[in-house]
Formats: sequence, C-alpha cells, structure tokens
Amino acid sequence: MIINHPILGPRDAQEFTYLGDASLLNRPDWQANDAADQFYNYQYLRDNPAGEHRELWFHEQGDRSWLVVTRNTVTHEISKVELASDVARKEGRSK
Amino acid sequence: MRFSGFKVIKEALTGHKGWGPQWRNPEPKPHYDFIIIGGGGHGLATAYYLVKEFGQKNIAVIEKGWIGGGNVGRNTTIIRSNYLLDGNEPFYEFSLKLWEGLEQDFNYNAMVSQRGILNLIHSDAQRDAFTRRGNAMILNGADAVLLNAEEVRAEVPFLNFDDARFPIKGGLAQRRGGTVRHDAVAWGYARGADQRGVDIIQNCEVTGFRIENGVCKGIETSRGFIGANKVASAVAGSSSRLMSKAGMRLPMESHVLQAFVTEGLKPVIPGVITFGAGHFYVSQSDKGGLVFGGDIDGYNSYAQRGNLPTVEDVCESGMAIMPMIGRSRLLRSWGGIMDMSMDGSPIIDKTHIDGLYFNGGWCYGGFKATPASGWCYAHLLATDTPHKTAKAYRFDRFEHGYMIDEKGMGAQPNLH
Ligand SMILES: Cc1cc2nc3c(=O)[nH]c(=O)nc-3n(C[C@H](O)[C@H](O)[C@H](O)COP(=O)(O)OP(=O)(O)OC[C@H]3O[C@@H](n4cnc5c(N)ncnc54)[C@H](O)[C@@H]3O)c2cc1C
Repeated sequence: MIINHPILGPRDAQEFTYLGDASLLNRPDWQANDAADQFYNYQYLRDNPAGEHRELWFHEQGDRSWLVVTRNTVTHEISKVELASDVARKEGRSK
Repeated sequence: MRFSGFKVIKEALTGHKGWGPQWRNPEPKPHYDFIIIGGGGHGLATAYYLVKEFGQKNIAVIEKGWIGGGNVGRNTTIIRSNYLLDGNEPFYEFSLKLWEGLEQDFNYNAMVSQRGILNLIHSDAQRDAFTRRGNAMILNGADAVLLNAEEVRAEVPFLNFDDARFPIKGGLAQRRGGTVRHDAVAWGYARGADQRGVDIIQNCEVTGFRIENGVCKGIETSRGFIGANKVASAVAGSSSRLMSKAGMRLPMESHVLQAFVTEGLKPVIPGVITFGAGHFYVSQSDKGGLVFGGDIDGYNSYAQRGNLPTVEDVCESGMAIMPMIGRSRLLRSWGGIMDMSMDGSPIIDKTHIDGLYFNGGWCYGGFKATPASGWCYAHLLATDTPHKTAKAYRFDRFEHGYMIDEKGMGAQPNLH
C-alpha cells in the first residue's frame, strides 16, 4: 500500500505503524459523569466496518506525524489522507 | 454409513460404487430450536456436541458459502495447549484432550498427528518466561519439557544455532501438540452433526436478526426468515459485521493473516517449530509441503488476501532460523480474516439480547480451540451456564478489567 502523505507525498506503508480506528482521536472527558462508560466504549469497542474505514497511521520512519487515512478494508484502496492534527483542529481542538 | 477398514476393503473390491454424500443438502425449515450461524469448525462442532453431548434436537447450521470455506480451511493446522494464564490454559488443555479422542468419537480420519511443537528460546529472559509457562502448563495437567540448546540440536540439527543476533539457547516443547488435517475437521463434524439430524444449510447468508422487545426471534437470510428459540453466532472474522445487525459493537478488529506452502519435499521437519525472536512458525504437511506463517499484516482488513511486505518479513524470519528453507520453492500463499479481540482471547457468552449468543474473538489461534469451543458453546446454549473451562470468556471482562492478555499488549488488536 502507498500512503499519499499530505506533506511528503507518496510513501510506502511500511514506513508507518498502525494504531486503529480514528475515533481514538476523540478521547472522552474524564470528568464526565459517565466517564467510565465512555472510556470503555472509547478503549475497547470498534465499528470494525467492511468498507470505508478512517484510521490512524504514524509515520514512524519518516516525519513522525500522525495521519488519518481513509481506506477501504475490502479492497485496501486509500481514498483520502489527512494530517491528524488538521482533523483534530477542524473538530475544535487546540492541538 | 460408518468408516472402517472393512468398508474400505469392500469398496476397493467393488469399484468404489458404495460411497455416498457425507451430509444432506436440506431446505431450511421455518423454525428451529437452535440456529448456529457460520459453518466453520466452531459452528459445526457446536451443532455436533449439542446433539451428542447435550441431547438437543431441531438444530440448523446456516452458512453463507460452503462449509469449511472460511478460516477452518485456511489455517496452518497447529494444535497445542501451551498457554500461560488461568482463563486460557484449562480451556486449551480440554481442547487438546478432545483432539486426542476426536477421530474415534466422530468416526472420521482427521489426521490428528501429535508430532510435537517446539518453541525456540533465544535469550535468558525468554528462558525464564518459557520456564514459567511450562510450569503453568504442567499445573493445568498439560505436558511441557524444557530443552537446552544441545537437546534442541539433537532433534532439529538443521536450524541456525549460532546466529549472531538470535542464537538458539533452548526450547520449550509440548510433545502432545501437533497438526490436524483442517478440512477434515469441518467435514467430520459436519457429517457427525448431519447423521444426528442437524440441518446444514449452505449458500444461505444471514442478513439480519428479528429482535422483538429485546428477544431474538430468528434470522433474516438470503433465503427468507427462519425462526429460532436460540440464535448462536460463530462467524469468526465476520463477527463485527454480523453482530452490527443486532446493533452491537464488539471489542474486536478484523485483520488479515497470511499463510504459505512450498512444493512437496521428502520429510525434513519432525514437528512444529516456532522462532522465538521473530514471528515465524513452520511444519510439514503429510503431502510434504512446508507450511509456514508469521505475523498478521497489521491493519484492519476483510480482503482475505495480504500484501507483499508481510510475505517478505515472514520469509526473512524463515531464512534467519532455518536457512535451508531458501532451497524450496513457494507454491501458494493465501489469507484469512481474523477476529482479533482487544486482549487476544476469545468470547463465548450470551449477549444482552435474550436468545442471542456469541462465539468469536479467536484471533489467529482458534483452530486448536475447535473441539472445546464447540463443546463449551453447546454447553452454554443447552444450559444457559458457561462450561467450567470457558467461564472467563465473558463479554463484560473488558468493562470490568478482567482481561486475559497472554502477551500483555493492552487494547491493541494488531499486537496480540
Ligand atoms: C492463515 C491462517 C493461519 C492460521 N493458523 C492457525 C493455527 O495454526 N492454529 C490455530 O489454532 N488457529 C489458526 N488460525 C485461526 C483459525 O483458523 C480460526 O481462529 C478458526 O478457524 C475460526 O473459527 P471457525 O473455524 O469457526 O471460522 P471460519 O471457518 O471462518 O467459519 C466462519 C464461517 O461463518 C461464515 N459466515 C460469515 N458471515 C456469515 C453470515 N452473515 N451468514 C452465514 N454465514 C456466515 C463464513 O462463511 C465461515 O464459513 C489460522 C487462521 C488463518 C487465516
């Protein structure tokens, strides 16, 4: 698989390590009343779809940035690559 | 029909005209007491034991393709019970004991071969860890032997003992481990279940559940609605897809695992050997092919095929530990979809929906579990209580912190 890095251009997926579903960006509020429940959902449960999947890849052997890659889990085709920091900022986070 | 030496001779002398199909191809009935979804090893074993051990009747196994077309027909066929943790070891040892009597039990040649499994040790820390594991195995009634480097060399002299980075310092052997003809396991259980009245319905995909007031009343399929008192999922890599139809999110990711087989060779490898410094394991099939594999590819996948970097990694590991493997030619490689759970251990449990049961999360190691998984799942379905060796395989263990994490990797499925 080739991941089209938004800054560095096309890179071999071998340069990256894989973390999983991009929902891991949305860490729950630890002070919420149902924090334990939210963290259980966040940490352990996954949609695990067959088809389009937004997922986190870390450019470990490159510029060490986190990317959000949209990839089809049935065909392995990659349709979109974003910097995770851009995604987080778009969702109103400071970093 | 029963298989026997007498029957084989009789058929040989009469032109092999007396062999019939091994199971029927029935139409689905409108209602069953038990519906098992998934005609893999686990689903078929569950149906078999439900009748044979728990006296239940009116059972169907629903399979979207053909039985044995999933992971049960794609795996590298290793059986063993060399686990460490309390939640696991009694279960896998129960499974190994069932393997030992399986062929007599279901009257089918599954080529269960206890040729032994050897886990190589490459460092002092690893020797400590394997010593501990061996002791845990013995405490649970399994067998384990710790070998020093010379003893390993006497058994498998062709390995690369003096590698600069990963010298072989010994091994943990389980002599009762080995390999089994995987397809024959599916066929043997299918035949045994069919003979006892179980309907095996192939080419019938489950597309949804009919759930009314928190009770599961049956399944929607590509061949219409089928009612049931109890519905039991056993679809391995497709678990998240299927259970999402019941509104459930599982503690699971689906990943692809590849396997490889070389051209047929004369016997060169006595049992199963695993490399302790990289992920590589190898055995030799009775046809002579070297069967080997390594890590999962590492990203979510439903593709049933992997990518080349993993092929390279597995072959490099093979060359590191067993250089002679480079002289053989690779015949085929393929992939299967693993139901990788958040702690690397399985789930056999009721769901929060009445009448809906779940079996999955087998990761890359569910073949060896097939007999015990079937037995324990049948126990749960028939009695609504967990079998004593499968008590820890609960859904809620993640929520309450009772993970069964053999590798200590945490909630990261691709590291288990
Ligand atoms: C390459 C590879 C190597 C492996 N090596 C080993 C090993 O050496 N030792 C070991 O112990 N384990 C090994 N495993 C793991 C083992 O094969 C699996 O854990 C085990 O087979 C899973 O259980 P099963 O046999 O019931 O699954 P499967 O055979 O996959 O059965 C599930 C069935 O469910 C069906 N299904 C799915 N969705 C639906 C639906 N909606 N409706 C109806 N039917 C459906 C599928 O078609 C399939 O037939 C390996 C796996 C792979 C892929």
